[in-house]
Amino acid sequence: MTARLIGDPVRRKEDRRFLTGKGHYTDDINRAGQVYAVFVRSPHAHAEIKSINTKRAAGAPGIVAVYTGADLVKAGIGTLPCGWGVKNKDGSPMAEPPHPVLASGKVRHVGDPVAVVIAESKAAAEEAAERVDVTYKELPSVTAVDAAVKPGAPQLYDAVKGNLCYDWHIGDKAAADAAFAKAAHVTKLDIVNNRLVPNAMEPRAYIGDYDRATGEHTLFTTCQNPHAIRLLMGAFVLHVPEHKLRVVAPDVGGGFGSKIYHYAEEAAVTWAAAQLGRPVKWTAERSESFLSDAHGRDHVTHAELALDLSGKFLGLRVSTLANLGGYLSTFAAAVPTYLYATLLAGTYTTPAIYAEVKGVFTNTVPVDAYRGAGRPEASYLLERLVDKAANEIQIDPAELRRKNFIPKDAYPYQTPVALAYDSGDYFATLDMALKAADYAGFAKRRDDAKRHGKLRGIGLATYIEACGVAPSAVAGALGARAGLYEVAAVRVNPTGSVTVLTGTHSHGQGHETTFAQVVAERLGIPIDQVDVVHGDTAKTPFGMGTYGSRSLPVGGSALVKALDKVEAKGKKIAAHLLEAAEADIEFKDGKFTVAGTDKSKSFGEVALAAYIPHNYPLETLEPGLDETAYYDPKNFTFPSGAHVAEVEIDRDTGVVELLKFTAADDFGRIVNPMIVEGQVHGGLAQGIGQALFEECRYDPESGQLVTGSFMDYRMPRAGDLPSFAVATHATLCTHNPLGVKGCGEAGAIGAPGAVMNAVLNALSTVGVSDLQMPATPERVWRAINDSKAAA
Amino acid sequence: MYNFEYHKAKTIADASAMITQKSEAKLVAGGMTLIPTLKLRLAKPSDLVDLNGLPELKGIKREGSAVVIGAMTRHVEVAESAEVQKAIPALAHLASHIGDPAVRNRGTLGGSISNNDPVADYPAAVVALNATVITNKRKIAADAFFKGMFETALEPGEIVTAVSFPMPEKAAYMKFPNPASRYAIVGVFVAKHKDGVRVAVTGAGPCVFRQKDMEAALAKNFSADAIKSIAQKQDGLNGDIHASPEYRAHLVGVMARRAVAAAG
Amino acid sequence: MPNVTMTVNGKKMSGNVEPRTLLVQFLRETLGLTGTHVGCDTSQCGCCVVHVNGDGIKSCTILAVQCDGADVKTIEGVANGDELHPMQAAFREHHGLQCGYCTPGMVMSALDLVKHNKNPSEPQIREWLEGNLCRCTGYHNIVKAIKAGAEAMAKARP
Repeated sequence: MTARLIGDPVRRKEDRRFLTGKGHYTDDINRAGQVYAVFVRSPHAHAEIKSINTKRAAGAPGIVAVYTGADLVKAGIGTLPCGWGVKNKDGSPMAEPPHPVLASGKVRHVGDPVAVVIAESKAAAEEAAERVDVTYKELPSVTAVDAAVKPGAPQLYDAVKGNLCYDWHIGDKAAADAAFAKAAHVTKLDIVNNRLVPNAMEPRAYIGDYDRATGEHTLFTTCQNPHAIRLLMGAFVLHVPEHKLRVVAPDVGGGFGSKIYHYAEEAAVTWAAAQLGRPVKWTAERSESFLSDAHGRDHVTHAELALDLSGKFLGLRVSTLANLGGYLSTFAAAVPTYLYATLLAGTYTTPAIYAEVKGVFTNTVPVDAYRGAGRPEASYLLERLVDKAANEIQIDPAELRRKNFIPKDAYPYQTPVALAYDSGDYFATLDMALKAADYAGFAKRRDDAKRHGKLRGIGLATYIEACGVAPSAVAGALGARAGLYEVAAVRVNPTGSVTVLTGTHSHGQGHETTFAQVVAERLGIPIDQVDVVHGDTAKTPFGMGTYGSRSLPVGGSALVKALDKVEAKGKKIAAHLLEAAEADIEFKDGKFTVAGTDKSKSFGEVALAAYIPHNYPLETLEPGLDETAYYDPKNFTFPSGAHVAEVEIDRDTGVVELLKFTAADDFGRIVNPMIVEGQVHGGLAQGIGQALFEECRYDPESGQLVTGSFMDYRMPRAGDLPSFAVATHATLCTHNPLGVKGCGEAGAIGAPGAVMNAVLNALSTVGVSDLQMPATPERVWRAINDSKAAA
Repeated sequence: MYNFEYHKAKTIADASAMITQKSEAKLVAGGMTLIPTLKLRLAKPSDLVDLNGLPELKGIKREGSAVVIGAMTRHVEVAESAEVQKAIPALAHLASHIGDPAVRNRGTLGGSISNNDPVADYPAAVVALNATVITNKRKIAADAFFKGMFETALEPGEIVTAVSFPMPEKAAYMKFPNPASRYAIVGVFVAKHKDGVRVAVTGAGPCVFRQKDMEAALAKNFSADAIKSIAQKQDGLNGDIHASPEYRAHLVGVMARRAVAAAG
Repeated sequence: MPNVTMTVNGKKMSGNVEPRTLLVQFLRETLGLTGTHVGCDTSQCGCCVVHVNGDGIKSCTILAVQCDGADVKTIEGVANGDELHPMQAAFREHHGLQCGYCTPGMVMSALDLVKHNKNPSEPQIREWLEGNLCRCTGYHNIVKAIKAGAEAMAKARP
């Protein structure tokens, strides 16, 4: 009997190398003869480049080369492509101005690269970079999204009127207006979703290499999706065919979305390596990461919720301004549209929804998907709105939610904003979370806190997310310019061990363990007989990488399909070896057995026969046991859950202390509960960070990034957080073979709403009814003071 | 980082001579401010003169009613010193909350006060405890030592060798840390001496300063209530994204009251 | 260029360095000990923590020349051959790491904590990690791992 592995907290296969300092991150790699790149970046938010003089730099000690945008244009290098096109309300395409690898003509944000300096050492390159003389003519800049759409705002592009990339909408406006016309109560909310900096602990790093003899380019990169980078960079930027371009993403130190995109520096080092015939390495300084990694969120929204007398939601109207930054990053257009507004039904039966979103260019770093990507923005908006409505109509927030939840028996449930949910049980997760958080006992805790002079609050949020990105045809119809299937190859070795090649990429998620669990259980072999290979286009088949909680729902499904094929072929081989009919062969616990007999062949014996086909049906069956499968999902998956936060506020200082955080999530079937919990913990810290600490700020006058290092950008620390109480309740995904939904983003989606509702619950006792994230000490202190003054 | 010449000082006199002779020489003690500054290419010294390795600059000893701490004594050594914990527990407490453990393993008292960063913790202790800064040339009273932002009374070639902290009757330090950098947004050190009370505020202004209204009130009645109605003026206080001058002024009051309460 | 010699993970190592070379650069680039990572340029993230003469130090904030003659321990020197140190084993057992980038600094800081406090409480561990940032784990399992690691070390001590 083989142990069941799916559902076990198997300790991770990858840990030993990370714990002993033997991880292999991009910056750990050094190539013989390598030189070092440093980028010269714009110190201005918005400026014309009058001239770039590289003479002094070219004479610097150790210098190898200096390239500017003009050099790249001369070489025929393309611009960085956007992977998703969004249409305006009138059906016309969005504005898609070019995003050059090195700025030419104009710079559009502080940190925009204008030249790359390459030298024998990093220090020499830094010194030479200071000798690149760029003359700028400064222009007025605009960094705030609401300021950028105002008449008279500085314009980033001549060809883009009003800085408007697109003006998009979804839903039925007439139906929503009709719902508001008959509403007994309307709740209105103006809300900001603060801009965040992803800050994976490993800064981006790239090494370009070129083999003159074979004409093959290689890029080592800190990315989440090497095949996508190969396609984007090869086809659109460098014009190198795939078979001459290898992209390797070795161990990657966290991504959270920020390492999905094709970045200028990748193209620059790959191209420069071929020009110079030497490997070119670039590693970002953290301060450079702040100025060049895609940021997240940054919405300004007005929303209105219509309710009937009983508290049933009748309609929702949402109008959002989404900051896209100075250029369109790879998936920027999709995040505030298809990943945001399609989630506005949330867990509720709201029958009429209309949302409009303006995507806006500003003089800031490009904004793209960051953990949750659009879904945290939708969930935060909804959950703040629902709590506000509950306060206004004097009903318990949990009760109002229950009243509007999609019933358990309503699946599949078609929302008014395109998505069809396959499964869920929002009542169960809410009850679970409230019980674990002792919601019922809160009043006593609040009174106790009051006696100690503290304001205590409790807040909840429910969420739904669309994960398992994505059904390709659906995504394509909505503007995606890539397929979103996944692929896995199961290579059974002659002695019965297995190598899995996956198109997903693990940068903390533990695929080497989870995927091995799926394989080992299915094939009945020990888990140490399974290795998972990812992150190298020369090894793995063309898959789309890891983001959008897709690896197990989509990549795992491809893996199951490949295992199906292995089993089917194994049965054929076993039937031959056992001189039985194929239909009579059963495969269980690593053994092929003739049904109803004790005649069997082990998995290892069948594997060996496949590669040493001395006694083998060669006329009808190819040798070998190596199967590849592609899986394109039928639908998104819909993880959901309920989160409860409890806080105490120090009235004198405004400091918010998070005392307790409870999460009850539905991720469908769980393969490794230990890894799932870890994913939830991490997401929660980022969501709590957004609610209480983190905010990327630009100076509105100069356009300078004010929070440009960890000295000013407030990262969550261990001391800021409690231990979390997390639990799961599974309803299985109905359309993928594992029944899994994905768990990577949930924490970041549910936490902001829960925490802010708790903060506002605490502050409600002193008359504060609104507050924007993050609830920093001074902001909370001011809110308390202002309400005192108003009273 | 720009390149420089490195010298390991063999004696205090040797270090003093080197920083006087070299055009743009800088002393390095713990390096907790200097090295990050160099890394960001914000300073370009010609020479670094390293004070690590001079045993005469290290150590903690009791001298009468004072605790004398060598300039190169690490924060962790002050925090964990039984002598300091017994004589001036507030000082040990302050040292135990500077930066983080790795910073405390390296950063030094002398480095901190010579740099006189407006958001550093130690200047508040030096002023509130009415300490004497001892250099290779003279003794300087606390009130005369801190001159302004990153500015001290130290003359060219002058090196802090130790600080002598008189033991107060009671004292406490309360810090409201910058949420990102963990330096003090406001830190208030309150010390009750035989001959009066000193209240020193760091983080709030361009340089550590004494809150004399609070000192006067506390001299009469050493209780948090006694300073409840004393408002710190916000004029001239620091302002940044984490705390406006108005908020800092408010925090001076809160931290001072908490420090008085903690001092007992 | 000055020559420096230090004992790194029990072995005498030498190299020529510029005075501006940071210890972390010497370890990574000269000695090829790439387990020590760099995650920021403002001495705050703690990815680069190593032990110098037994103390947890940010190797990005000390010059290699300052460590001439010192005894340096990096993450590569923590395990006993193939056997993980109890602290490393606790990180694995309690899933105290995900992407692994902050992990070496976390382990080195945790060992420094145990040096100062043999039986740290959860709040003490959280406070100790003031100078170590992690973006993956939400710290929950790191804290658990350090507590378990400290307990295992106490048991292992005669």
